[in-house]
Amino acid sequence: MRKKKITEFIGFFILRVCVYIVFAIILLFIYDIGKKGAGVISWEFLTQPPRRGMTEGGIFPAIVGTFFVTIATAIFSAPLGMFAAIYLNEYAKQGRFTRIIRLAIRNLSGVPSIVYGLFGVILFVNVMKFGTSILSAGLTLGLMTLPWTITASEEALKTVPNSYREGALALGATKWQAIRTNVLPYATPGILTGTILGLARAAGETAPIMFTGAAFYLPYLPRSPFDQFMALPYHLYVLATQHHSIELVRPFAYGTALVLLLFVILMNISAIIIRYRIRKKYKQ
Amino acid sequence: MRFEVKIETRNLNFYYGSKQALKNINIACPKNQVTAIIGPSGCGKSTFIRTLNRMNDVIPGTKIEGEVLLDGENIYSPKVDVVEIRRRVGMVFQKPNPFPKSIFENVAYGLKINGMKDRRKIEEIVEESLKKAALWDEVKDRLKDNALTLSGGQQQRLCIARALAIEPEVVLFDEPCSAIDPIATAKIEDLIRELKKNYTVIIVTHNMQQAARVSDWTAFMMLGEIIEFDRTEKIFTNPSNKLTEDYITGRFG
Repeated sequence: MRKKKITEFIGFFILRVCVYIVFAIILLFIYDIGKKGAGVISWEFLTQPPRRGMTEGGIFPAIVGTFFVTIATAIFSAPLGMFAAIYLNEYAKQGRFTRIIRLAIRNLSGVPSIVYGLFGVILFVNVMKFGTSILSAGLTLGLMTLPWTITASEEALKTVPNSYREGALALGATKWQAIRTNVLPYATPGILTGTILGLARAAGETAPIMFTGAAFYLPYLPRSPFDQFMALPYHLYVLATQHHSIELVRPFAYGTALVLLLFVILMNISAIIIRYRIRKKYKQ
Repeated sequence: MRFEVKIETRNLNFYYGSKQALKNINIACPKNQVTAIIGPSGCGKSTFIRTLNRMNDVIPGTKIEGEVLLDGENIYSPKVDVVEIRRRVGMVFQKPNPFPKSIFENVAYGLKINGMKDRRKIEEIVEESLKKAALWDEVKDRLKDNALTLSGGQQQRLCIARALAIEPEVVLFDEPCSAIDPIATAKIEDLIRELKKNYTVIIVTHNMQQAARVSDWTAFMMLGEIIEFDRTEKIFTNPSNKLTEDYITGRFG
């Protein structure tokens, strides 16, 4: 009896320690970036372009660029992923074929982002002739986030009770009517959450945009989807490894990292808020 | 006394994959009467009632043979529109399944998807349907409330109102009282007896007393077959088949 209790205590203790370690690492991480980055963050840093070989000024074009490319990614991957998920979950006959497709989607999410980058160069920049642009980069990032969007959307559709579908069908609804009026409204929060989390990941990626649209330095803001752009993750990469005097711009690198981190955290928080609000509505 | 047949099955077989769930079902349900289907769990009662409005179509890997005739027309014929069949043959499920919308929107749902736009007409039918389902007095001041705030019994009556709103000809009840308390059950039973004036009712139940209380005709099913189908009084007082007698006297089931 005593022995069992001791084993249980040790087991719990180990589990708890693991959680604390993970939490401590995250805290330390945010603290470190925050401490080193907060010093350079100012109104000027957020609203001015870089000057004098990036040793002065700010990161405004990079913020705008990341914002635009994230929107381009969303426009491409959100509807495509959602509709693919609707087809897979609601219409497709479940069997070998859908299993293979799902397997392919899972595998896609494991492909390294640099591979997406190379693929984007070939397909969007060269073959489709979109050039190095917001469009090419957005499409490349969109491809990369598709597995996320599809999987999250499918999971969201699965949480809608079957009785909603059957109830609608039994009242003479067509399958699409049942899905549109009685499944999608309840799956939307989950779909949105998954999509935003996917976008947050895309926003922080460097490799896929490096060859497809991100510019080392641009003194102006992009004016159309076919323009090149500066982006936070790529700017960070430049400041940290490519600059001629890395030591000098190190504070700017931390500042950029902090802004990128906040950008991503903000997106994640909005996903959490959406999920929380709709879940509350659901429960009643 | 002869009755007009509303819905009947001819040599109906049903399979889940290779497992046969219904074996050669032949049954004729008279118009404006209540037909009860009783039998032990897993005997195929629910499967059977779901063949009558083609709800089994949505379950992958199933197969059906034979005919189901609604006013003499086979509802499984390729010419028939399944959506139209489900509009004519309404269904109330085992677990109350109101949609997480307002009470009003639940009842109006069937009207709206069937293309009704006239707001005044919709309001009229919603009120009328809620009255038919004996729920109007309880909800008339809170039609905008979410349907999930209703009690289980109220939710089931809401589902009945929802089914009645689109004016079906047949109403199927799949164990409608198995998830609700005795008082609510009594209300729903009253309602079912009332409904047969205007509708043909078929009810699956594993509660024999309920079948005896509400139905005119009773079919006893076992292992996917109809063992006996007759007047309810006859089934409960003088069944022809030994199995039926054993079941209704509580020797098994």
